[in-house]
Amino acid sequence: MATTHSLTPAMQRQRNARLRRSALYLALLAIALVAPFVAYPVFLMKVLCFALFACAFNLLLGFAGLLSFGHAAFLATGGYFTGIMLASYPGLTPELGILIGTSAAVVLGTLFGVVAIRRQGIYFAMVTLALAQMMFFFFVQAPFTGGEDGLHGVPRGELFGLISLADNLNMYYFVLAVFVIGFALIQRTVHSPFGQVLKAIRENEPRAVSLGYNVDAYKLVAFIISAGLAGLAGSTKTVVFQLASLTDAHWHMSGEVILMTLLGGVGTLFGPVVGAGLVVSLQTQLAQSPLGNWVSVILGAIFVICVLSFRSGIVGEIQKMVRKNFK
Amino acid sequence: MTMIFGVPLAVFMGQLMLGLINGAFYALLSLGLAVIFGLLKIINFAHGAQYMLGAFAALLGLQYLGINYWLALLLVPLVVGALGVVIERTLLRRIAHLDHLYGLLLTYGLALIFEGALINFFGVSGSSYPVPEALQGGLNLGFMFLPTYRGWVLVAALVVCLGTWFMIERTRLGAYLRAGTENPALMQAFGVNVPLLITLTYGFGVALAAFAGVLAAPLYPVSPTMGSSLLIVVFAVVVIGGMGSILGAVLTGLGMGLIEGLTKVYYPEAANTVIFLVMVVVLMLRPAGLFGKEA
Repeated sequence: MATTHSLTPAMQRQRNARLRRSALYLALLAIALVAPFVAYPVFLMKVLCFALFACAFNLLLGFAGLLSFGHAAFLATGGYFTGIMLASYPGLTPELGILIGTSAAVVLGTLFGVVAIRRQGIYFAMVTLALAQMMFFFFVQAPFTGGEDGLHGVPRGELFGLISLADNLNMYYFVLAVFVIGFALIQRTVHSPFGQVLKAIRENEPRAVSLGYNVDAYKLVAFIISAGLAGLAGSTKTVVFQLASLTDAHWHMSGEVILMTLLGGVGTLFGPVVGAGLVVSLQTQLAQSPLGNWVSVILGAIFVICVLSFRSGIVGEIQKMVRKNFK
Repeated sequence: MTMIFGVPLAVFMGQLMLGLINGAFYALLSLGLAVIFGLLKIINFAHGAQYMLGAFAALLGLQYLGINYWLALLLVPLVVGALGVVIERTLLRRIAHLDHLYGLLLTYGLALIFEGALINFFGVSGSSYPVPEALQGGLNLGFMFLPTYRGWVLVAALVVCLGTWFMIERTRLGAYLRAGTENPALMQAFGVNVPLLITLTYGFGVALAAFAGVLAAPLYPVSPTMGSSLLIVVFAVVVIGGMGSILGAVLTGLGMGLIEGLTKVYYPEAANTVIFLVMVVVLMLRPAGLFGKEA
């Protein structure tokens, strides 16, 4: 094959698609690089953290068909562990703190995963919700989380002991790097043979079993990756905002990440990013408006509308339109 | 004074009684969830909100319309159940052909709307509902003091649970319901109005939640968030029991309430989490749940 220079039309098309995708990634990265000069960096960092969180969640729902209603537990675990480590050991650099928080989320994800994958569908959602609620109570009572007040004054510190993250611009580029790494990992997972098997499990689990795949092992690994990345998002968020609180552990947070993913487009790579951007902007805008008290009602209404008539989400709808008009 | 494992008998029995009361609510709510799940195959995430609406309807009915407790016990389930019927007809029906996870998400959205709206009007702090006159006071059972209202709650919940069991297992309507759970398409072919059956089932499940809400109003502070935290525990109860059998749901509910009560006596720190831990153990040993059929 290596000596053949003529490409079949199918290969040509595939190659074009890959080129187009690379161009899109580069363009988006360029936008992200100049964004902090246009918009408020702290807001952008918040969007990026939640975008990573939603992408991690989407890896499970969109590509393995598992609806987890407990992802807040991983976000909070990452956040709390990073916060505790950074606050108690002043010499610790932020990237190590984030690594510890992420590892904690991976461990928790393994434990939850082993229990939760024993049930499917709706039961899976209920089990993850219950497990996350258990963690919520744990965080309320544990002596090191600051209870209702949460952890405050977590130092941002200096990246690798060199670059001060107290500067918002430095912090922004660090968060962007974290996001890009997380996103790349998800992109690679989805497009790998492993990701193909996940999709097969999503589409028809009994068939995947009969083809000889160890379905439980695949689900567990997907669950752990997802939990770890959610923890990474939580850890990074703690460094950015210098606090870890119970809000992150509450089941409303698990619901919010579902909404972000659903609104942006379940099973699309960029959907969760768009959804996270929209939901975070909406919350920020509403908080300053007279409608501030109605946030949860409005989010609920968006939920209902999405489920009733907008199930592909924004990115999903765009993809459908592109497919219809340009092929 | 008699002691049980280092705890005075009266305290022990008191906590056990509180546990049993909580268990009665778990039973009522998981029963409603199971009935809805049987036919609609969705988990009604709005169940907690509907329970809360029941309690609020009783409270507001008393404050503004002078509807007394007994009338509320009858009227509120009808009104909230009717709301359920509307929800089923206008919303759930549209997504019945989709993956059942969408039903969970839709009802979750509804729960957010109900809860958020009521928080705006009434705040998060709870109000109290007076115990009806006939049920004030208590009984001295010799080994413990039993407030009459708590005894009544236990009896009422059990009667409703058994009544539901009787209706589903022993009546013609119940036979339709069970057949519909097994094979709705065949039922329809036999000329049974399955869509109507589905609507009524959802309405009935919601009415059960509202009934539990009215029962709970004089016991717990009536607040917009009273349902959501309870519901998550009920989810765990449902996972433990499995949704295969009505009596299983009731027994698991009561049993989990008792276990919670016992934990409160001997290791109060774990009282909030013990049911979740039981769920983990059950999932590891018997994934289908105690009374569940292997799916």
